[in-house]
Amino acid sequence: MSSNSTTGSTSTVSAGGLPSRRNTELGLLVFAVVIPVFAYANVGLAKNGTLPAGMIGYGLGLGLLAGVAHLLVRKFAPYADPLILPICTLLNGLGLVLIWRLDQEPGVRPENAAPGQLMWSALGVALFLAVLVFLKDHRILQRYTYISMAVALVLLALPMFFPPVNGAKIWVTIPGVGSLQPGEFAKIVITVFFAGYLMVKRDALALASRRFMGLYLPRGRDLGPILAIWALSLMILVFETDLGTSLLFFGMFVVMLYVATERTSWVLFGLLLSAAGAVVVASTTTHVQDRVDNWLNPLQLGANGGVTETAQVMYSFGSGGLFGSGLGEGFTRLIGGIAVKSDYILATVGEELGLTGMMAILVLYGLLIERGIRTALAARDPFGKLLAVGLSGAFAIQVFVVAGGVTALIPLTGMTMPFLAQGGSSVIANWALFAILLRISDTARRPAPAPAPNPDVEMTQVVRS
Amino acid sequence: MNKPIRKIAVFCGILVIALLVRVNWVQFVQAEELSSSDKNRRVLIERYAHPRGDIIVEGKAVTGSTETDSRDFQYQRTYKDGAMWAPVTGHASVFNATMLEGVHDKILTGNDDRLFFNRTIDMITGKPMEGGNVVTTLNAAAQRAAFEGLGNKKGAVAAIDPRTGAILALASTPSYDPGSIVGNDAEASDNWVALNEDPDKPMLNRALRETYPPGSTFKVLTAAAALESGKYDIDEKSGIEDPYELPQTDKELSNFGNPPCDDATLRVALQFSCNATFAGISADLGNEEMKEMAEKFGYNEELFVPVRTAESVYPEDNAPQNAMAGIGQASNRATPLQIAMITAAIANDGKLMQPYMVDRLEGPRSVVEQNEPQEMGQPISASNAKKIQQMMETVVEDGTGTNGQIEGVTVGGKTGTAQRGVDNSETPYAWFISYAMTDNGSPVAVAVVVEDSDAERNEVSGGGLAAPIAKDVMRAVLEGRQ
Repeated sequence: MSSNSTTGSTSTVSAGGLPSRRNTELGLLVFAVVIPVFAYANVGLAKNGTLPAGMIGYGLGLGLLAGVAHLLVRKFAPYADPLILPICTLLNGLGLVLIWRLDQEPGVRPENAAPGQLMWSALGVALFLAVLVFLKDHRILQRYTYISMAVALVLLALPMFFPPVNGAKIWVTIPGVGSLQPGEFAKIVITVFFAGYLMVKRDALALASRRFMGLYLPRGRDLGPILAIWALSLMILVFETDLGTSLLFFGMFVVMLYVATERTSWVLFGLLLSAAGAVVVASTTTHVQDRVDNWLNPLQLGANGGVTETAQVMYSFGSGGLFGSGLGEGFTRLIGGIAVKSDYILATVGEELGLTGMMAILVLYGLLIERGIRTALAARDPFGKLLAVGLSGAFAIQVFVVAGGVTALIPLTGMTMPFLAQGGSSVIANWALFAILLRISDTARRPAPAPAPNPDVEMTQVVRS
Repeated sequence: MNKPIRKIAVFCGILVIALLVRVNWVQFVQAEELSSSDKNRRVLIERYAHPRGDIIVEGKAVTGSTETDSRDFQYQRTYKDGAMWAPVTGHASVFNATMLEGVHDKILTGNDDRLFFNRTIDMITGKPMEGGNVVTTLNAAAQRAAFEGLGNKKGAVAAIDPRTGAILALASTPSYDPGSIVGNDAEASDNWVALNEDPDKPMLNRALRETYPPGSTFKVLTAAAALESGKYDIDEKSGIEDPYELPQTDKELSNFGNPPCDDATLRVALQFSCNATFAGISADLGNEEMKEMAEKFGYNEELFVPVRTAESVYPEDNAPQNAMAGIGQASNRATPLQIAMITAAIANDGKLMQPYMVDRLEGPRSVVEQNEPQEMGQPISASNAKKIQQMMETVVEDGTGTNGQIEGVTVGGKTGTAQRGVDNSETPYAWFISYAMTDNGSPVAVAVVVEDSDAERNEVSGGGLAAPIAKDVMRAVLEGRQ
């Protein structure tokens, strides 16, 4: 059998293969390391008038991480997308500089967060490498479809058994280690489940539907899962007051369903259901009502007559203007509260790097999303396509929800800006997410093995002639 | 599956573009509004990031800046003789900036567009940004005399150089120390709350922002209107009986005691402050003419000196009310500055100069703006002004204002005791206006009002309470000239 399949390999796609682009990646990585080091120097000069003492160490550390990552990618995923690793490194590096810069401000909690973040980033890169080394083929994940579902549910339910932190029950507190946000990991695990499930069920979902008023309506038994996921995401919101995560899961599910079935009716259903859910939740939960009020009137004074966090964030953006005040010279500490280094990190970008820096960062995120979707297009197997589009879609929705929330484009939900924001779970989970995408892109772009001189083939030829 | 994936790609593109549009909207279109919002603390932080320019009186700064160890505000305002100068300087604090501190905030912080060149040079040479100075026209000795004269009484003094309109003294009591509220700490907040809740309103600038019934001091304006009309003259009998029956009523108006007011001449009527005569003149001339004359002297409009003053009001009114307004009662209300302006115009031979308290604005290297005396108008002719001067000098030499006499100097004045409350039930206001005359014209005209005092109500009189203060202020100016 095996010899047959080898001889039949004349139909293999582009046996010559795409260029590996590893040297492009290396060149871009140099920029991704140098730019944050300059930013680091910039902060030191602005705050103390001298180059910061840790600059060389920081530069070497970041360079070392990037270098090791690059070498391992070269070894274990030689055909992977060349843009993803440099962009992740650049965003992570800039995030570290921004957090270190905010560490210089007295009174911004949590204090001295940069060393911790550096450690989490190193762990994130380590997990990234582990995925590349041990996950030889992303299709292996398909075997764990239902285990993934169970794991995701456990991860999502876990925070309910821990006391709420700052009003939201999305944290798991492990003594001695700190707090983790299992939702960030659940994001990846549940994508694996969706991809595996939909790959199996896509035909039933796509074809077994009735036509009603020009729309293809799915059968009730096929509608079940989407309703279940919708209910689940609302429950997460109600029990854990986590609007962002529920929106993220639901949006991701609709995106993957649409890609799997190619039926627009699913998207319409998804929009209708999320609109209905949003209205119900917004009209019953005071927490959400406050968020909507703040969104509609971001500059309104608080109940105590003070300037609200939302207004402070807007003032940060406005004061940044076109070119920003310069790193280290802004006043985002005025935002106060507990989220200056995490949820509101973009306010520091907006104020200190200005509109220019803000657009640059958003374009970097846009590029990452685009590379992810490109990977989905290039993937040859439906599971890989679904997984890649699900992961990139989730990432896109997260970026939009956070950045849109902070800039008051949409109501604010507490989520972290991937790579930039302070938070261990987030940075680790996102490195793992892009490791999986790199693995898919490597498989997709890897040239098929050339028809090697095979002893069996030789023999057949001899017999024929 | 590639077709829907492409659509998802477009969708993600739209999300990113929406974010880009939004940040452009916030950081470009709305940026100016957000960055200069008075709720944006950066505005305050920036304001106190550099030493502020000073407000200068006679070459000496009455303000200063010290460096603090506060987190937000690097420099803090200091005041010398804060309570005395408060009606002039106001305060610049985290709460707000008032009076000259507020009006010329941009010069003092160095942000004024006219300092752009300076700022650019400073930026290039790496020098820290400097604010400009506000040089006032005030006379320190006169201000001290006014402030100390008022003492713990509630009241105000405004003194003007009649020849130029330069404001020489502007005192208001009870006052407050602006230095007590400029800090960025709980103590300053407590002081701020206490000052705002104080029933005596120490932060009210009574010389510019409070209006009082001017009482008998207004009679000089009524006399001016009488002379200007040509129907009356200084030593001609007025033909008005005492007591005088207010038009359209059966209410009679007269004076306490028995002054010779019946059919008095203007000179005698002013000397004894005859209510009957001046109410009669006001009624005779009519509301329109009286109002017009008051407006020529600056009534019925806000003035900017450059601090905004309250509007003094001579209203459109019915005949009996108009007659009462002619003797400074009814709804006739004036700021002490307005009454000082009337006095100054008479002392300056009828020419009213625009009052101002800022001589020039100085940038770190150059004069940004130099104020020149400006004529506001000529409400009365020079000859009529001289006649009123004679009348006012009679008041001081031999009338109700003898307390205003200064040895060797010609002084003209007028007392006032403004009744207030229903049926004159509350302690009246004591007024005194006066000017000193030298060979070179008059260097000072002053208006003093004392709101209330410890004196018994029937002892409250302009001559007794207010005249000594006016005298001290005039003397301070005269001595400074020698």
